[in-house]
Amino acid sequence: MKASLKPPYMIALMRKLEIWVILLSTFLMETAPTAANSLMRQGYLDEQFIQLEELQDAENPNFVEEVVTMYYRDSARLIQNIEQALEKNPLDFAKLDNNMHQFMGSSSSIGAKKLKNECTQFNECCKTGNGEGCKRTFQQVKKEYAALKKKLEQYFQFSRQIGPVEKACRPK
Amino acid sequence: MGSGSSSSSSSSGTAPNLHVLAVDDSHVDRKVIEKLLKISCCKVTAVESGRRALQYLGLDQLDGDKSPVEFDGLKVNLIMTDYSMPGMTGYELLKEIKGSSRLREIPVVIMSSENILGRIDRCMEEGAKEFLVKPVKLSDVRRLTDFILQGDEDHQKVGSRKRKLWDVPRSWFSTSCQ
Repeated sequence: MKASLKPPYMIALMRKLEIWVILLSTFLMETAPTAANSLMRQGYLDEQFIQLEELQDAENPNFVEEVVTMYYRDSARLIQNIEQALEKNPLDFAKLDNNMHQFMGSSSSIGAKKLKNECTQFNECCKTGNGEGCKRTFQQVKKEYAALKKKLEQYFQFSRQIGPVEKACRPK
Repeated sequence: MGSGSSSSSSSSGTAPNLHVLAVDDSHVDRKVIEKLLKISCCKVTAVESGRRALQYLGLDQLDGDKSPVEFDGLKVNLIMTDYSMPGMTGYELLKEIKGSSRLREIPVVIMSSENILGRIDRCMEEGAKEFLVKPVKLSDVRRLTDFILQGDEDHQKVGSRKRKLWDVPRSWFSTSCQ
């Protein structure tokens, strides 16, 4: 069927489809921000994550994902450092504190609220020279970190699905 | 301290781009602060340590204060530095900058994840413009840049010529940058 010779019913149908696509994409776009809101409600993230979302623009459309990827890389290294340090005897609390400080800093920068709180527990043990406490609380930190990664992966999967629809319906 | 352009006594209609030197050992924080500044229409140079910052500013510790050169190309309007960094802390960097006759007019802002009163006092006493608690927000950056630009406008009124940073008497600079 040539484009210039579309019958009226086709045109009407296409118009209806257009409206549905717009409605659907609007619905999806409305719910997309709540992906982060949901994670906030569950306590995983705080406003800092929303700040990162707000920094995402046409020039850096994947800003949040880039920052989080960087965070994973740094975190993997710091977690390994802490793990190795915890195996030493006697424990080097200064080293533990230093690495945890860096880890907490990055976690805070991406808005990882729950994780930051777990880290605070570790800090308490570190400052009081409680080696067993450090080992125990660090297990919690790792658990929380794994949980956060899972949630963030869901968030990015969701965002990727929304992304193409958004682009298709972006007003010119 | 304008945008580094030579001559032109008339102020332009468009706001000059501030050149900000950001210093932070954390990759994540560097990336975020860089974006915050770019969105606030600043040129950004991000470095990972105090030492690198001093090198960039031409204040290499090994050679001491280098002989004065025009730094138009490198002219920095604001330095934002993390406090806790390995090697040289933000506080030590602040002292180096304020100790240099060539660089001391550049406003320095300290960023720290820890809100420790003693630390804040120490930094402010050493001449820091502001102490920001991390994570830094867009509103913090905007407020800073607006303030610095305000100070720039005041300086334009004093009159401009192509000047070398070291030969301007301190009295030319109002206290608005301190």
